[in-house]
Amino acid sequence: MLKRKFWLTIVLVLVVLFISACSNADEGNTTGSKDEAEATAGAADQVQDIRVRVNDDPDFLDPHRATASISFQMILNMFEGLFIPQTDGSLTEGLADSYEVSEDGLTYTFSIRQGVTFHNGKPLTIDDVVYTFERLMGLNGGEKLSGNFDNLDSIDVLDDTTFVMTLKEANSNFLYSLTALQSAIVPQSNDGKHNDNPIGTGPFAFVNYSPGANLELKKNEDYWEDGLPYLDNVTFVFQSDDQAAVMNLIAGEVDVTGVPGHRVSEVEDSFNISHQNNNSTLIITFNQEKEPFNDVNVRQAINLSINKQDIIDSVFSGYATPIGSNMSPAMGDYYLDGLQDVYQRDVEKAKQLLAEAGYPDGFKTKITVSSHNDIYSSIGQIAVENLKEIGIDVEIEVVEWGIWLERVYFGRDYEMTTIDLTGRPSAYEILNDYISTNDAENFFLFDNEEFDQVMADVLKETEREKQIDYYHRAQEILNEESAAVYIADYQILWGSKQDISGLKSYPFWFHDMKEVKFD
Amino acid sequence: MFYIIRRLLLLVVTIALVSIITFAVFQILPGDPVRTMLGTEADETQIESLRNELGLNRPLHEQYVDWIKGLFTGDLGNSIRFSMPVSTLLMERLPVTLSVASMALIIVVLVALPLGIFVAKRQKKFSDVVLSSVTQLGMAIPSFWLGMILILYIGMNVDFFKISGYIPWSESIKGALSTLILPALTIAIPQIAVKFRYVRTSILEQMQLDYVRTIRSKGLPEKIVVYKHILKNALIPILTIFGLITAEVVAGTIIVEQVFALPGIGQLLITSISYRDFPLVQGIVMYITITVVFINFVVDILYSVIDPRIRLR
Repeated sequence: MLKRKFWLTIVLVLVVLFISACSNADEGNTTGSKDEAEATAGAADQVQDIRVRVNDDPDFLDPHRATASISFQMILNMFEGLFIPQTDGSLTEGLADSYEVSEDGLTYTFSIRQGVTFHNGKPLTIDDVVYTFERLMGLNGGEKLSGNFDNLDSIDVLDDTTFVMTLKEANSNFLYSLTALQSAIVPQSNDGKHNDNPIGTGPFAFVNYSPGANLELKKNEDYWEDGLPYLDNVTFVFQSDDQAAVMNLIAGEVDVTGVPGHRVSEVEDSFNISHQNNNSTLIITFNQEKEPFNDVNVRQAINLSINKQDIIDSVFSGYATPIGSNMSPAMGDYYLDGLQDVYQRDVEKAKQLLAEAGYPDGFKTKITVSSHNDIYSSIGQIAVENLKEIGIDVEIEVVEWGIWLERVYFGRDYEMTTIDLTGRPSAYEILNDYISTNDAENFFLFDNEEFDQVMADVLKETEREKQIDYYHRAQEILNEESAAVYIADYQILWGSKQDISGLKSYPFWFHDMKEVKFD
Repeated sequence: MFYIIRRLLLLVVTIALVSIITFAVFQILPGDPVRTMLGTEADETQIESLRNELGLNRPLHEQYVDWIKGLFTGDLGNSIRFSMPVSTLLMERLPVTLSVASMALIIVVLVALPLGIFVAKRQKKFSDVVLSSVTQLGMAIPSFWLGMILILYIGMNVDFFKISGYIPWSESIKGALSTLILPALTIAIPQIAVKFRYVRTSILEQMQLDYVRTIRSKGLPEKIVVYKHILKNALIPILTIFGLITAEVVAGTIIVEQVFALPGIGQLLITSISYRDFPLVQGIVMYITITVVFINFVVDILYSVIDPRIRLR
């Protein structure tokens, strides 16, 4: 008898659960239609809250400690520098409202913008600017946080609104280190709390960060640009799985997300898809200190044998722009067109070059790829097949991202690898970082005297037209020397709700929410 | 009593061993926490400054001893990746994982037990054959795929369900259920497929024993034979299995949390391993070990409740 009662209770509980679940579902329906009713009632009443999906947590919220591009993608909404990078790679005045450079390119005089307040209500003063640079350089007691200002000789305050920066050596790229990417201006009043409670002058202010879940920002009501921003709340939702993210977009749980190329057809009818040339450089490269990759013939042979269009079509579903050097068309007139066609696939010529280099029968080698994104192994597999045709026998080694960094990137203990180099707003950094011999990040150990000379000369050149000539020459050298197999600048496809406007795409990772609104 | 003390001692030794092994494995594994976190954009200045700040330049044994000292005072140290105390991170996420895991466990018990008994009674009948083949399918389905399918066909069609994120119980019970039921089902379905077969086998074994024939010949109704006598005797092996499920459910949450973007312990574990965040991994591994060992401890105690003979051994 007792037993029967037990089972009866369980069945009853299940029935109750089921009924309550159903009735809840009904409630869900009614609230859903209410939302729609509100939405049609008038655009003025439209709730200006956006949920943007990003792949991962920020590394730091403190803009001086953060290095990952994914962090800046979010936190650039909270912070500003003396200059603000624009969508075409140029700079406009930000917290500095005017500046002058001396003839010799050593002295920069800035005046700071008036009427700017930090999110904590304190006004921006020249002391905060000095504090920011001293903090970065490790001059006010803390650790040194950046090597970008080693060339800075002194900062002198002239009056309440003007200050002078003096460089040790002329550097035409100096202004690019004054954006929020490298030197976000932070208030001295927030010393010691920059990571836990970040405060800046940007269009959005910090509300809360839940690790693994989201980063919440709210509108900065006192933002110095009149009428901006439009949104009241911005939530960056962390979700690593691309496939699940697309379903979240369809289900309306996020408003903006990156969409993998092969899933565009599922969402393009009901969502806006915008293409962003993200200015990254997708490459297959080699350790150029090791044989046989120190031979330019071998590098060119590999370049000729790899079918870049195959990679673009199969890995990126065609959403990628072919490139011929580190520079992408996203960089406007800094980009030199035509190089992308130099190494068209030509197996015969590749074999001939290999023979000239002394490897008529090819050789054995290994390509080390990171597992944090499957594009790298896919590219590796295509490369293996292509290289087999010219007799090069390649083994694929897939390693974790942490191991890739340690072994390939920092340890330089590898033969071949594939990776994408992150986009930057400065043409100089795009070409110099990773490649010139004086750069610590030159992990493919490219070594070319003329290239280093060009990169040194361009820093002393103050005229933009002449700088562009230098940058074009640098791209030609990379191409002639086949410093890497330059494949493409792949596009990031953003799927967004159709009533969202104002999304902008930058030549670096930035979800700029300043002008975004729901119509 | 002696039995319980011996079990408790074993519990402590297991936890100590697990902690040493985790620490050792992390020293052997290639990959540097600071570099992994800062990525390709970091310059040497930033790497050095962070490493000094985190105390990663100190000798290994010093780091380990410090960690153990902290453990006794309840301080699990600071996470490298998130620059926050490990205990705060764990406390934030514990409710999520515990909710999913216990919901999954309840579903498994509520379904697998009756189903196993039902099938055992109908041995070699059509329904037995059908269910057994469905089981094969259930066992073969990878849980991430099952999760996707549930999102696609249930989550996106029924308004009640949310397909990602988590709403705390304190905020809304309905909200919590809407985020937790699908992940719990994703873990439970493959477990049910496996576990009800154990129940079935265990009951079938008992059915063939002499005492069953005796009570049947006494003319007792079939219901009493099955539920009072057979089930009671079959419970020992079944209990063992359900003890093991706990470990599997915890493991299951790791993948499922990823698919449903639930901010739970499992998701944290994956992040902490790939970032080589040693203090965080240690903290999580400790939590998982303690849970699993503790559940097994409870199961052991339950044995002696169900079957008094066990206490004598």
